[in-house]
Order: sequence, then C-alpha cells, then structure tokens
Amino acid sequence: MITALLLFWPALAALVVLLLKGQGAKKVAFVAALVEFAIALFATAGFTPEVTAPQYALDIPWIASAGIGFSIGMDGISLLMVLLTTFLIPLIILSAFKHDYKNPNVFYALILFMQTGLIGVFVSLDAFLFYFFWEVALIPIYFIAAIWGGENRIKVTFKFFVYTIFGSLFMLAAFVYLYFQTPGTHTSNVNAFYQLALDSSSQGWIFWFLFLAFAIKMPVFPFHTWQPDTYTESPAPATMLLSGIMLKMGIYGVLRWLLPVVPLGVSQWDEVVLILSIIGIVYASVIAIRQQDLKRLIAYSSIAHVGLISAGIFTLNEQGLQGGVIQMLSHGINVVGLFFIIDIIYSRTKTREISSLGGITQTTPALSIFFMILLLGSVALPLTNGFVGEFLLLSGVFQFNNYFGAIAGLTIILGAVYMLRMFQGVMFGNKSTHTEGFTDLTFTEMAVLIPLVIMVFWIGLFPNTFLSISEPAVINLLSIIKR
Amino acid sequence: MTSIILLSVFGIINLFVGFLKSNRILLPLALLFLAVVFGANLFNWNDTQSYFNNMLTIDNYAVAFTGIMVLSTLLLIPFSQRYIDTKDENLAEYYSLLLFSLVGAVMMVSYENLIMLFVGIEILSISMYVLAGSDKKSLRSNEAALKYFLMGSFFTGVLLFGMVMIYGATGSFNITEIGAAQVSADGVTNTMFVLGLLVTIIGISFKISAAPFHFWTPDVYQGTPTLFTSYMSTIVKTAGVAAFYKLMASAFAASYTTWFPTLIAITVLTLVVGNIGAVVQKNVKRMLAYSSISHAGYLLMSLIAFNERSDSSIFFYSLAYSTATIAAFGVLKLVADQRKDETFEAFNGLGRTNPLLAFAMTVSMMSLAGIPLTAGFFAKFFVFASVLEDANLMWLVVIAVLLAAVGIYYYFKVVIAMYMRPAENQEKVGVNSFTSFTLIFITILTILLGIVPALVSDIL
Repeated sequence: MITALLLFWPALAALVVLLLKGQGAKKVAFVAALVEFAIALFATAGFTPEVTAPQYALDIPWIASAGIGFSIGMDGISLLMVLLTTFLIPLIILSAFKHDYKNPNVFYALILFMQTGLIGVFVSLDAFLFYFFWEVALIPIYFIAAIWGGENRIKVTFKFFVYTIFGSLFMLAAFVYLYFQTPGTHTSNVNAFYQLALDSSSQGWIFWFLFLAFAIKMPVFPFHTWQPDTYTESPAPATMLLSGIMLKMGIYGVLRWLLPVVPLGVSQWDEVVLILSIIGIVYASVIAIRQQDLKRLIAYSSIAHVGLISAGIFTLNEQGLQGGVIQMLSHGINVVGLFFIIDIIYSRTKTREISSLGGITQTTPALSIFFMILLLGSVALPLTNGFVGEFLLLSGVFQFNNYFGAIAGLTIILGAVYMLRMFQGVMFGNKSTHTEGFTDLTFTEMAVLIPLVIMVFWIGLFPNTFLSISEPAVINLLSIIKR
Repeated sequence: MTSIILLSVFGIINLFVGFLKSNRILLPLALLFLAVVFGANLFNWNDTQSYFNNMLTIDNYAVAFTGIMVLSTLLLIPFSQRYIDTKDENLAEYYSLLLFSLVGAVMMVSYENLIMLFVGIEILSISMYVLAGSDKKSLRSNEAALKYFLMGSFFTGVLLFGMVMIYGATGSFNITEIGAAQVSADGVTNTMFVLGLLVTIIGISFKISAAPFHFWTPDVYQGTPTLFTSYMSTIVKTAGVAAFYKLMASAFAASYTTWFPTLIAITVLTLVVGNIGAVVQKNVKRMLAYSSISHAGYLLMSLIAFNERSDSSIFFYSLAYSTATIAAFGVLKLVADQRKDETFEAFNGLGRTNPLLAFAMTVSMMSLAGIPLTAGFFAKFFVFASVLEDANLMWLVVIAVLLAAVGIYYYFKVVIAMYMRPAENQEKVGVNSFTSFTLIFITILTILLGIVPALVSDIL
C-alpha cells in the first residue's frame, strides 16, 4: 500500500495545487513534496534489503482479460531511485521559489504530476505499466520546458519530445512482442519476462528495440543530440528534473527491463554499447572543455558521466552494476546542485557566458564553498560521492577490458579540466560588469544547497548506507542475467 | 431493431417540428431522441435477434457499434448551437438527416445480408451528400457535395458490382451462406468470386477513405461544414470499418489468404498517405482529414490481424478515435467561427484566452497521437497487440510505430500553437455552457478510458 501512496500522493497534490491561485501554489507544492519524502523515508525504515523479492508489493488486475496487472513494488534498486526522486523534488521546487513563473499553479502541479510518473517508472513490475508511466513522466516535463523555457524552446523541446517518444514506441513494440511469447494466456509481469528463454537472434533485435528507448533517454552517444539544447533552453527546474531524475529512468530501464530480459542479446551487443558509451565519454568531455555557456558545459559533462554509468552497467559484473546504482544517486545530486548554482549566477548576472563572468568569489564565500564541493563531487575527488561511483564503475570496466578501462578513465582527467576551467573562469579573476555587486546566497538558496552538500559527503564517506540497500538486489539481478 | 425504428420515427418527428419554425426546441429534442435511442439500444445487449428472414441481426457486435455511433452523434450535435443562432431555416432538416443517416449506419453494423449492407451504405451516404452541401452559399461546400456525390455514387456502383459477382459465384447474398459456400464448393479459387471479393474491398475502402481510394477526403472534409465533417470522420468511418470487419469475418474468413495481400497493401498505403499527408498541411481541417485517413489505417491493422482480439480492438479504437475527433472538430469549429481562420495560426494563444478549449483540444490531440493517459494510447496498444499475435507481422507494427511518431509531430503543432505561440488575436472564443459541458465530458471520458480501459475493452 505504501508504494501506491508514494505513487498517487503527488498526483493528488498536483490536482490540489492546480486549483490554487497565485503564489500559494508553490508553498503547498513544497509541503506536498516534503510529505512524499517523509513517506519514502518511512518506507526505507521498514525495508529489508536482504529480501530480493519486491517489497510493499501490490498486484491488482488492470486489464484483467489480457493479463495486464497494476503491479507495483520495490526492491533495493527501486527504493534508491524512489529516495533520489523524493529527495530531489522538494529541493527543485524550493529552488524555483525565487522565480516568478507565470501560472505558478500549473507549473508546480506539472512538477508534482511528473513525480507520479517518475515514481511509477521506478516501482512498476509490469511491462505495460512501466511503459505507461514512462510516457506519463514525459508529458509534464515537455510542457514545463516548452512553456516556461528560453527563446528557442518550441523547436528544441519539440525535438526532444518526438525523439524520446519515437524511441519509446519501439520499446512498446518489443514489450508487445515479448508479451505474446509468455506462455499460457499471456502476461506482461516482469517475472514472466525474466523467465522467457528466447532464441538469441530474436533477443538480438529486441535488444535494440529496447536499448533505443533507453539510450535516447539517458542519452548515450550517438542518441544525445537532443540533450544539450533541451537542457539549455529549459527553465532551471526543468533542467534539474531532466538531468537529476529523468535520465535515471533510462538507466533504470536498462537494469530492470533490458539486461535480465534479453541476456543473450546483451552478450551479443555489450561490446558495441561499451564502445559507444566510451566514445560518448571522451567526445562529450572534449566538447565540454570548449563550451562557453555554463548550462551547455554541464549538459555535456552529464553525457560524459552517463556514458561511464552505461559502460559500467553493461560490464555485467557486481562492481559495475553497484557503481552504476550509486553513481545514479551521486550524479543526480551533483548535477542538480550545479544547475542550481548556474541558475543562481544567471538570475543575478543575466548571463551564462564564462567569459563575461569572473571574480564572484570576492563577495560570496558561501556560494564559493558550495560550488567547490559540488564540483569536486562531480570530478570524483576522494571523500566525495563521485569518487565512490566512478571508482566502482571504472573497476568494473577494467575487469571487462583493460583498454576500455584506460580510455574510460580519461573521464576523471578531462572532467577535472573542464570543471576547474569553469570554476576558474566564473569564480576567480577580476570582476566583470556583470558580476559587479554579486550578492551571496539567500536563506532559501542555502536551504537547497545544504542538503545536497550533506549528501555529497554522506555518500562519499559512508557509501555503505546506500550500497547495502542495493547489493542484494544487484546480486539477484546478476544471477538472473547469468542464468 | 428498436434503434432503427426509433431513429426513423424520431427523424420524421423532427422534420415536422421544423414546421413550428422554432429552432430553439430542435437541439434539446434531438438530444432527447438520441438519449432514448442510446438507452433502448442497450436493452438488446446479450439478446441476439434476427429480423426479416435473416436480413438483419442485432447481436452484441451491432449493439456495441450502434452505441458508439449514437453516443458520438449525441456528443457532436451540441456544437450545432451556432446554426441555431444564425437562424438557418433548414435546421430541422439537418437534424432529421443526421438521424436518418444513423439508421443507415446502424444497418451497416447489423446486416446479415449484402443487400442490407448496400441499403445501409446508401441511406448513410445520401444523407451525407446533402449535408456536405448544406452551406448553400459557400463555393467549397458545393464543391464538396458534388465531389462526394460523384465519387461516392461511382464507388457505390463498384461495391454493388462486387456484391453481384459474389452472388454469381456463391448463389447467395446472406453473409453466413457465402462464408459456408466457399468452404464446400470451389468458391475460393473461382475467378468471379475472387474478383467480386476484391471489387467489394475497393468499394468499402472508398467509404472508409483508405488509400489509394482516399482522394476525395481532404477536399470533401474541408468544404463540408465542420459539424458534418466531424460526423463523416467519426460515425461514417466507424460504421464503415465495423461493416468491413463483419463482412470479412462472416463471409470471407475462409478466403483470408486471398484478400490478405491486397488488404495489407491498402493498410500500409493508408498509414503512409495519411500520416505523411497530414504533416504538410497548413489548414487544421485538412490536417484532421489526413489524420482520419491515417486512423483508417490503424483500424485496418486490427482488421487484418483477423483474430479474436480484432473486434474488441476495432471497437475500442473506434470509440477512442470518435470521442477525440469530435472534440477536435468541435474546438476547431468554435475557433474557426470566431476567428474566421482554420489554419494552425488560428489556435495561437488559445491556452491563454480559453483554457478549457485548449485543454480539451490538447487531450484530444494526445489521444489521437496515442500518448498514454488518454484512450488513444490503449486504442493503439490494442491494435498493435492484436497484430502482433502473429509475430511475423512485426514489420507492420514497426511501420505503424514510425508513422505514429510522425503523427505526434502534426498533432502537437496544434498544442504548440495553443500554449506556446503568442496570440495576435487576444479575443476570447465564445462558448456556451452546454458546449463546454460536452467538451468536459469528452475530456473526462478520454482520460478515464486512458487509465481504466478495462471498463469497455473486454465487452466484445
């Protein structure tokens, strides 16, 4: 029941928020998101990681005659994703407080509505339910980005929308095919999909049908072309939602619906995926070094980080998978923090060009410290969250192939280059006309950044809090894949 | 049978009420009549009856599709409010013609004999020819009526030609007997039979505007007054596809391998023409005309799947498609009447001036595009599911999926215009409360079916 509560609470809250007039909407939305986080914490408290079967499960018929169930529940991986979502959304809502968006009730209702979609993706145990929520999460973010975004928003977000739907329709076709391969009266339950033993040639093409949808969402090179533009044109909260949570849908999809469903397909194509991911790492990092626009820089850095996660996951060893799971959390926290800081800088200086900024440290000790911590987390300095994930991921890739590992390892060096170059350009040096009179963080901004920074250190210092939740689930997943 | 009788009687009553010269009473009266027919129709559920020596059979299939068509008419006529306000003196005739054409539509889903199918198509079509030209002073409306009439009567002739050949080969007009005849005799390989079958398929393909027999559609849809366009693209299409499936399932099931290649070619062509044609349109009404062609393609997909899922997937698709299309044409009519413009630009800024209209339009566009949370998603899902029961047809689903992504492009052009483009014309579109209520009802129905499709998806 608690999963159902997690799922429907934001949607209910969204309906309430929609009816509110004026600026009261954001406060109600924030409180609703906090309540959601509290529910998630409550669920965590009662969660037993050692049990690999889905917990808090609920399975009621949805389209009974077709064997399609409204089947939800959480294992360790789902729970961590739910925690990430419920942790970030209140902060994202809070981070939007300083903007006066038109029609705030619609804006915040869409965010909450999207949360239902996101949670739904992470807890679905039925293929069609998963697909359903996959698209439900897309609709609100499209409208948020396209209505409240920047100048080129219409074209850019439309490309994003059609591109992702295009990919996911292939996923739907593959699901329908798999559904008809299940024995008896057919079912789309995840366990039935896991028990399918299809021949390797069908697994080969199903792999690509599914992978296309997930690769576009993550995005993996060469399916990333929508991403930098969309991140740049979206309003800050939408960028945070997209990069912090939504791309995790793609990675989670790979873990839950690709690797265990078509293991033979994966073993045929895993090298290709690793090569694509590693190309993505290097390519995106190199482009990031050349970026002048802060948002674009972080967007490309995000492609590089996701490339490493995807490479690690497709190595199919425990380090790689565990690293992928923990890095999803770390990346979500770091990237949301960095985009928020960019939003702070942008709303005070009205520019995101590195060359027009500079000298911000002189007046802003607090902002500088927070920025530095998040940045170091992002470049995987030991004791920060990024280190744990990237270390595990890279050791996973090295186990798979030494050369791949060596090239993927460039991400740490290149990451340090573009991140520190950015920090130097923005924060140090002489003040420019734009950064004159730059004020330090306000109370609300602190309230967003402090929890994020705490998490940077928490995951960096005590990764076992989280690794132990996902470990049994990951081992179980590997046993299904390697069967 | 009750619905046919009631509709005929009500149609005549409506005609006489026209003498009163009191246009205000017509709409409530028509709504009342349709509501009565809708209710009476449901009484025939699970009560299969045959009439006139097996000329008509009212079974669950007939009741279900009659239900969709009566409901669609019921949801569609509230948008006729404007005709009442403009004091059109022929108003009573329009309502009567709609009711009479529904009689034809009901016959098309409950026939048991090819003659009744033919009579049904004719009753439906002749009413539509008149209604297409009902905007007497408009050149386009006249053009539409003439085109529709000439092409329509030609293809009715083709259809009749096919039926006669089938009669020649099998010696019967009764669809069950035709179905039985070819199993025993050499019906399947008989040249006249095969020719008759193909010609019949062509005749019906015209009626549901399947490519390559779709050429009349954009012009006729554009010229016809919007209210009747919406009738054409919902009720006429539903009746046509339902009749088509019934014909194939009862009369030609045994010759599946004969007609399958033809029909699959028609289906693919229809999908391609409809979706690609819609992309380049600047006029929303023409876009919806092409969209209706593409939806004929999706409906044909579940027909060629030809298994036990086909009838319920056609049913669900027709329902989802009809409700969404009525809302789309309804909003288009309201906007176009006010802003004297049917292009995408007419919708600019509608999200600000009329949030309700914009929301209803968005939901209907999403439903037509097949995006989850709307009935249209499950409609497409059931179609794909019925096709994929035969895994060899994966290629067809892939084509349909690619074209569905194209569909999202042109449907969302309307959504983008409404919410993201600034309005140069800030004027609010006038909507009366009853029309608003209808739109709210359609929107809720679309979303409800998008969340719990099981409400109606299993009834057949």
